[in-house]
Amino acid sequence: MLKDITLGQYFPGDTIIHKLDPRTKLILVIVFIVALFLAVDWISYAFMFVVTALCVKVSTIKLKSILKGLKPLIFIIVFTGILNLFYTQGGTVLFDWWIFTISTAGIKRAFLMIVRIMLLITGTFLLTYTTSPIALTDGLEMLLNPLKKIKVPVHEMSMIMSMALRFIPTLIEETDKIMSAQKARGADFSTGKITERAKALLPLLVPLFVSSFRRADELAVAMESRCYHGGEGRTRMNALHMARRDYLAFLAGAIVLGGMIAMNIYGI
Amino acid sequence: MDAVIRVENLTHTYSVGTPFEKTAIHNINVNFYPGELVAVIGHTGSGKSTFMQHMNGLLAPTSGHVYCDGEDIFATKEATRDVRFKVGLVFQYPEYQLFEETVYKDIAFGPKNMKLSADEIDERVREAAGFVGLSEELFERSPLELSGGQKRRIAIAGVIAMRPKVLILDEPTAGLDPGGCEGIIKNILDYRERTGSTVLLVTHSMDDAARIADRLVVFHEGSIAMDGTPDAVFSHPTELTAMGLDVPQAAAIAQALRERGVSLPQSIYTLEQLKAALVPLRKGEN
Repeated sequence: MLKDITLGQYFPGDTIIHKLDPRTKLILVIVFIVALFLAVDWISYAFMFVVTALCVKVSTIKLKSILKGLKPLIFIIVFTGILNLFYTQGGTVLFDWWIFTISTAGIKRAFLMIVRIMLLITGTFLLTYTTSPIALTDGLEMLLNPLKKIKVPVHEMSMIMSMALRFIPTLIEETDKIMSAQKARGADFSTGKITERAKALLPLLVPLFVSSFRRADELAVAMESRCYHGGEGRTRMNALHMARRDYLAFLAGAIVLGGMIAMNIYGI
Repeated sequence: MDAVIRVENLTHTYSVGTPFEKTAIHNINVNFYPGELVAVIGHTGSGKSTFMQHMNGLLAPTSGHVYCDGEDIFATKEATRDVRFKVGLVFQYPEYQLFEETVYKDIAFGPKNMKLSADEIDERVREAAGFVGLSEELFERSPLELSGGQKRRIAIAGVIAMRPKVLILDEPTAGLDPGGCEGIIKNILDYRERTGSTVLLVTHSMDDAARIADRLVVFHEGSIAMDGTPDAVFSHPTELTAMGLDVPQAAAIAQALRERGVSLPQSIYTLEQLKAALVPLRKGEN
């Protein structure tokens, strides 16, 4: 049912990757993406593949979970592969019919592109798989802090985001409950024509809206009665700390990036 | 007598194959007979809600079978859908499921899904409203503007209107004031007396269970720990306490008196029984 959707996709764990500061992880993901786009040929791709595989191994995230995450994106992956397969010129032509031409260069490029997208997705998934959504928004807020100088409401934005994240499981649970209750009265959400199905959602959406407004109202009262007045002078229960492992991670990131730049210059 | 619901080796595991895998109920075998009023009791997380949702096919078992009138309710999709009307399930805090513009339409939602004729629906709505003590003046009001107790009656009426053979109520009195609780319990008893349906009542209140149920089924850590008459179940107060459950207040008082040397019979678990046992003692002293 709905509960099985891995929203936020956080898998709790106790590895060094889980324990890294969310800011470190956010920055390293950016470094990872840059490094990945510097890859040009077999060796550099192989290097990035090994780096990614190593991270996945250390994080103890099951390969199955990663593949499950890749599944919805299969269309994009296949589409990119096909485009690159037919629209790359050079090398020996193996197949030529009408506007479709397949060359050795095309095959190579398509393969490398697919590897790149898959590594890209795996790398970013690793971030959400190993970081709780709340830690992630906290990290994001602190990284974006300098923007406060130009009047960007960073705190409010991150507050809204963490509240939205906080209420996703609650809303899913609520949806599940109301759905069951209406099903118990014979409501049918899964068969019928599209208009019938849209109409069938009404018994679900009305109670859901009603309870969301009630919840929002209650939350606002609860926050105000605890003197919430925005980000000014607010301290945190779990302050973020950079530890030695974070500096080590940065060092590792810098080495990977440096290596990739070197390989990019030599074109391997 | 043939069981109206027969449960065989029922096991349910949530989130199979993920790190959150959890077996909620394990290898349950139990029968419910026509006309019974069964109280299902258990600590929070003992699996009773999961169990209840199998009775009308909302949850499919990981293994095992549920038979209603001898038919496997998970055999076909149609069977699973039909059983929704045979076994009416009232969820906890059912007032949050109300959605229609008027009370009448909300109660009519179930019968309408059964594809009944307009006359039949009208008859059932009026009958169901009668059972829960809703006056017909409320029919055209919006359910959302009524009081909590009334909302709950509407929600219960919405299930009763399907004329289920078995009515299951999950904590129907949770969060109501004592007067409201009493009213709902009385409605349920009336309903059962007049229709002869089987009623399963999930409750935390041992006093309610002692007072109205013919039979108690006690859930503990996903299994049925005890199953019997209130007499039989409440004669094991230590086991009940070990499962994080109370005994009825009257039973607790009787036990305390016994410990102080008052001789009382063993089977006391309602206020009436306690009174009947104590009053003659006082007269004896005089």
